[in-house]
Amino acid sequence: MKHIKTVNKPSMQATLKTGGCGECQASCQSACKTSCTVGNQVCEK
Amino acid sequence: MKAKIHKFEQNGTYILLDINSGAVHVVDRMIYDLMDTFDGGNEEEVVRIWSGTYAAEDIREALSELHELMEAGELFAPDIDVPPTFRQTGLVKSLCLMVAQDCNLRCKYCFGDGGSYGQKRAVMTPEIGRKAVDYLIKASGPRKHLELDFFGGEPLMNMKTVKAVTEYVRRREKETGKKFKLTMTTNGMLLNDENIQWLNDNDFALVLSLDGRREVHDAMRPDAGGHGSYDRVIQNFHRCVDSRRGGDYDYRGVYTYLRGTYTKKNMDFTKDVLSMNDEGFDILSMEPVVMKDSPLGFTEEDLPRIREEYDRLTEAYMKRHREGKGFFFFHFNMDLSNGPCVAKRLSGCGAGHEYVAVAENGDLYPCHQFVGREGYRIGHVDEGITDHALSQYFRESHVLNKPKCRDCWSRFFCSGGCHANADLFHGDIRQPYEVGCEIQKKRLECAIYVQALLALEKEDA
Repeated sequence: MKHIKTVNKPSMQATLKTGGCGECQASCQSACKTSCTVGNQVCEK
Repeated sequence: MKAKIHKFEQNGTYILLDINSGAVHVVDRMIYDLMDTFDGGNEEEVVRIWSGTYAAEDIREALSELHELMEAGELFAPDIDVPPTFRQTGLVKSLCLMVAQDCNLRCKYCFGDGGSYGQKRAVMTPEIGRKAVDYLIKASGPRKHLELDFFGGEPLMNMKTVKAVTEYVRRREKETGKKFKLTMTTNGMLLNDENIQWLNDNDFALVLSLDGRREVHDAMRPDAGGHGSYDRVIQNFHRCVDSRRGGDYDYRGVYTYLRGTYTKKNMDFTKDVLSMNDEGFDILSMEPVVMKDSPLGFTEEDLPRIREEYDRLTEAYMKRHREGKGFFFFHFNMDLSNGPCVAKRLSGCGAGHEYVAVAENGDLYPCHQFVGREGYRIGHVDEGITDHALSQYFRESHVLNKPKCRDCWSRFFCSGGCHANADLFHGDIRQPYEVGCEIQKKRLECAIYVQALLALEKEDA
């Protein structure tokens, strides 16, 4: 494309059906503890 | 109306985020402008409004590209509702053990009242610690990976319980097939060679508290006698981090990182992050203080200055990366392609339903910040969670149930902000702390920008 460069292959919609295993690391929404809010995490699968 | 897209400009780069798919597009100025008008089906209106600024032919070409994104599900993706993968009730998988509600520092911004959390200074017995482990094993049901964080106060002040609980965990792992990840957050004052060796031998992930420059750290993190702690802890941190270099810690998922807090006294916190990096530490975090009615806390008036500082930090981060001297900064870390599932984005930190704090006396609270707060005791290690209604209220306090979060562009990245902060400012966990939201949004923009640049540079290489 000339005007747009997409930088990722997003998976969020797909995880509506496949997610929820809960094996991922705990995060902290204030970041005071794990320094990691949800957005900074990866899926462990 | 729920926001479907978010666009922003960062240092001359125009970025378009499709909120419900998570797609990130780097676009030119024309597309950036057209997105003020384009809603997915109003091409003629877009051409009419923008043809005074751009050639109609170019606009039509841009619209055709936008339609390609829509067909790929990467623009105006459908709204997300609570998916069936989001369990109705939570399974506890992570505990915070307040092994020492006592501390050898008196940090000016401590949310735990110098470690005591407004209660009497006390340490957790090995017995309470072992009961907490049993509670977690039972409450976690079929979940295999569990987390135990040794926290305080200062956890190294109670190594007796830390060691007893760790020994018990390893035994129970063999008996149950569960796998525990152990973490400790320490101020470093008691991080001597013996403790370092023991923590290494027992695969502890470590969070080491350092505020950056010596003068900043000493002003905020004095000991009980009012003396700065920088010179004492920095040596210990060096020995600790050096002892872990070259091993297979990363492979085992055992991280070691330095974290700091910035306050109104050091809004030039880029210098503090770089100071830590100059000291040789390269896994870093720096977070804003949260205080109400305090000269150290932030108000809306501070936001322009804070945003400017994140711009500065972003450029410094990219500069060091391009020079081959990059460092890892938690808040810029974001996996745009393989991020968490929607269920995780809704449960967030899981406070009160997936994550629980255990006070030194065995009382359970939704998280470490709630320890000692009236009305938030949800149970005890002997009985588990007994206030099921409060636990469920936390479970259901996700972004799709919070009026201010439902429509916000960052809803699937921040999970609605910190419940403890919302309670502190509004007495209601469903009313987010606004200044925190604004700082979070700026951090997210910087993170998305950093990841977009890194992806493009990798492509060009």
